[in-house]
Amino acid sequence: MEWNDREILRYMGYRGQEPPEEIRELIGECKRELEQAATPRAIWREYPLFIRDHEIDMGCLKTQSRSLERNLRDCERVLLFAATLGSQVDVLLHRYTILQVSKAVVMQAASVAMLEDFCDRKNEETRESCRAEGWHLRPRFSPGYGDFPLDCQRGIASALELNKRIGITLTDSLLMAPSKSVTAVIGVSRVAQGCSIQGCEVCAKTDCAYRR
Amino acid sequence: MGILQEIEKRIVFFDGGMGSLLQAEGLGPGELPGTWNLLHPEVLVKIHRAYLDAGADIVLTNTFGVDSLKYHADSSFPLETVIRAAVRNAKEAIRLSGKQAYIGLDLGPTGKLLKPLGDLVFEDCYALYREVVEIGVSEGVDLILIETMSDSYETKAAVLAAKEACELPVFVTVTFDERGKLLTGGSPASIVAMLEGLGVDALGMNCGLGPVQMKGILKEILAVSSIPVIVNPNAGLPRSENGVTVYDIDADEFAATVAEIVDMGARLVGGCCGTTPDHIRKVVELCRDKTPKPVTKKHRTVISSFAQAVEIEKSPILIGERINPTGKSKFKQALRDHNLEYILREGVTQQDHGAHVLDVNVGLPEIDEPSMMVEVVRELQSIIDLPLQIDTSDPAAMEQALRVYNGKALINSVNGKEESMRTVFPLVKKYGGVVVALALDEGGIPETAEGRIEVARKIYRTAAEYEIAPEDILIDCLCLTVSSDSKGALTTLEALRRVRDELHGKTILGVSNISFGLPQREIINAAFFTMAMQSGLSAAIINPNSEAMMRAYYSFRALMDLDPQCGEYISVYGGQKTASLGQSAVRTGGSGAAGIPAPAGGSGAAGASGMSGATVFDGRDVGALGVSVIKGLKEEAAAIVAELLKTRDALEIINGQMIPALDVVGRGFEKGTMFLPQLLMSAEAAKAAFEVIKDDMAASGQAQEKKGVVILATVKGDIHDIGKNIVKVLLENYSYDVMDLGKDVPPETIVEMAVENHVELVGLSALMTTTVPSMEETIRQLRLSAPWAKVMVGGAVLTQDYADTMGADRYCKDAMASVNYAEQVFTMKVPDGGGMDCALARKDIPTSDGLGSMSK
Repeated sequence: MEWNDREILRYMGYRGQEPPEEIRELIGECKRELEQAATPRAIWREYPLFIRDHEIDMGCLKTQSRSLERNLRDCERVLLFAATLGSQVDVLLHRYTILQVSKAVVMQAASVAMLEDFCDRKNEETRESCRAEGWHLRPRFSPGYGDFPLDCQRGIASALELNKRIGITLTDSLLMAPSKSVTAVIGVSRVAQGCSIQGCEVCAKTDCAYRR
Repeated sequence: MGILQEIEKRIVFFDGGMGSLLQAEGLGPGELPGTWNLLHPEVLVKIHRAYLDAGADIVLTNTFGVDSLKYHADSSFPLETVIRAAVRNAKEAIRLSGKQAYIGLDLGPTGKLLKPLGDLVFEDCYALYREVVEIGVSEGVDLILIETMSDSYETKAAVLAAKEACELPVFVTVTFDERGKLLTGGSPASIVAMLEGLGVDALGMNCGLGPVQMKGILKEILAVSSIPVIVNPNAGLPRSENGVTVYDIDADEFAATVAEIVDMGARLVGGCCGTTPDHIRKVVELCRDKTPKPVTKKHRTVISSFAQAVEIEKSPILIGERINPTGKSKFKQALRDHNLEYILREGVTQQDHGAHVLDVNVGLPEIDEPSMMVEVVRELQSIIDLPLQIDTSDPAAMEQALRVYNGKALINSVNGKEESMRTVFPLVKKYGGVVVALALDEGGIPETAEGRIEVARKIYRTAAEYEIAPEDILIDCLCLTVSSDSKGALTTLEALRRVRDELHGKTILGVSNISFGLPQREIINAAFFTMAMQSGLSAAIINPNSEAMMRAYYSFRALMDLDPQCGEYISVYGGQKTASLGQSAVRTGGSGAAGIPAPAGGSGAAGASGMSGATVFDGRDVGALGVSVIKGLKEEAAAIVAELLKTRDALEIINGQMIPALDVVGRGFEKGTMFLPQLLMSAEAAKAAFEVIKDDMAASGQAQEKKGVVILATVKGDIHDIGKNIVKVLLENYSYDVMDLGKDVPPETIVEMAVENHVELVGLSALMTTTVPSMEETIRQLRLSAPWAKVMVGGAVLTQDYADTMGADRYCKDAMASVNYAEQVFTMKVPDGGGMDCALARKDIPTSDGLGSMSK
């Protein structure tokens, strides 16, 4: 697969600095091991969208969230989307967290980069096919972003049958296991968005070490 | 006639999909399907009835995913009521149909991942299933079907629950993806090994794929399975059309493909998602009169882990012997200290060197062997995908380990004594496994090969009484040291040959026993190993870290036509000038790597490793050792320190090179010129160097003093512990004794440990906003019961505000901040230079921004 080393470095806190050779080697090892261990899987389904009095109704899930509402402006439908790298990646992370935490840190960064890239590619495929039919996709928006409540994880998990279909489970505290997993709402609109703000720029936490 | 007799005679038919039919009847999104057993019994009866009329022999209760996690006893839909109603609906449908049919109690996944990757404890998972089975059985089901399982560990919990709660037939189907793997990584061979070991009555697959995609996987299952196989596919591969799920094949094609599946050898067929009574009717019409293919015994000797099966066949397999305290004082100490890291490292090293299986022996007189065995097995199987060999003479430890083992284990051992066989064979039968059988009995170890063969025969006979097949036994022909009996090796080799040729059995040996009492044991071991393999040895318990043994192994395989085109031999030795395995080259030289603060000024003395280049950083000469620490070179740091210790005092090394180096890295990190992975690589290099110093001190009778005890824990509800482990590595560097309580730790445990050990500093980590409340609760309880303890907190979502609200003593924004805070807490109490180790000897504690004031 294609790797974006810049992203991996950014997740480790680098902001343009060149890492020493030892770190480059670690990154290489992690990439190789991840390519062996990861079993990327994704699932998405389409739902109708109604927003009334700030209540966002996606058929399988109702919630209130100003930031999600903003994200879904002009949308008629949504895609619920989920993706995971699978539990073998957690085995790797667990292994190195115990035995070589420096490598665990690099593995974390590389696995996040891998997951994000996988999600982007999956979404891009859908975006292309939607565009052909005159629909435009909004950026992914995940529970926990802004004021989008984390407990919407449950509704998404059950609507997409995440456990059965791609093996994502939720802990009692709403963490996803396997840990390298993503759930998101993607707005579907007839209206193209001039400048789509996504990723870090959406987030209000401007002092984050990992901000782009 | 029971269902098992039916299967012997003819093809048996399951029903089809339930969820999609309920949705068609109005089941809303997010609505729990189990509630319909009570709310709309007539709908359930109608669906069951339709399947019966279509020709299904087995109807499944509408209990998929029904457990007390979702149906609480005090809710409007309590578990017991829901299950009883589900069984009654199925019964009513059968009554109305006037047919003879069977009710299968349907069990699905809990929707949780088991620890340590998730938060469900194995035993709790077992209890969830057991509760459902007990209710279902008391309401009168005919069999248990555990289906749509994608995790072998959860599957094992369900099977144990079903088998221990009732005598009914237990069937299991798992879900494979298009790559033919379980979602958690298992293969058809690994899951078949585990399920047959557990004694299920039929096994197979359902869901995930259509019948077309299942054919390839079915072939794999049929090749290894010795019991009836079930195939319940989805209606095809789904796609969404205008928001409606449609499948790529129709009912006719579905039925035609299932007919081919029956011809391949499946004995029970039906449908899963998207299939309807129409699908089942067509399947029944096409398959009803087919003569089922006989189920044949495969007689494979096979063990498994969660991820892979290891078959013991023509080529010998290697069992790593290093996880065993015998004769290893460091290992013994690790066991006493609960130092699992040490044990896990032994496991990983052996895997890296080529072991196929890991022997696990944690027997030590003063420890609780059963609980230690369980802990080590759980941890090993969470980071290593090799099968394990449970090695213990304690029956309780053996049973508990087999219970929590995620697969079909090797079991070490039973012997020809009555008592041993009476104790061990029932465990082998119940949990499955391949058992090592020592060729000795009440009469001791027979001196002749003939005597050992006789014992082996007796073991096979007795095992048969417990329905344990010969292929699940490895005869240990025993080798005694050749130094005390010059014919010892010959006897062993003869016994090996005779087990193979006369008993057609498989063998195992602890190879290195041959050389006890001799110098240069590896020489004899390797030679004997080759001879033993040549005499038919099936499995060798050896040290895979030994070059000589691995050379013997790879050569044997190449010479015996077990290594096509010598591919493996070439891949192992091809790149080496001289055969040398497993020695990582110690890297040297090269300074000025990017990101590392450039040395300033003159060049320091070249270090012991011959490293050249500048060694002055921030105005201090850190020496070659310091440079290797700064660059994070573990092997090099250890090698240099070992050399330095020959001429210098430990304290001098620590103060002169290690501390200044750690300071350089710490400051670089705080200034933003070095980053977390570098900080940690340096910490790990320093740790490796400290280990050498520690060993050196221990050898001269000194003990290393610790500056203080710090508890670290990831709070309850949180299963991510990388941040906590980062802090741990750094604190250990600075000579703190870290009591690591792990992740998902209840407040009570943390308080208990803090009180019991009068710990002065507790570090808590939480990753998610949802787990912050449990951090707050932990602090509250600590204030009540351990008011002396300072509490530092950290983690992705935490902020100074959060920390203040919770009443923490210190918010640590990163790992260095925790070290700095620990230094403040402890050095305020301990005078400088009072101890032997680095942190006590230092005077210049770096402070990071925001740590200057001690406001709390």
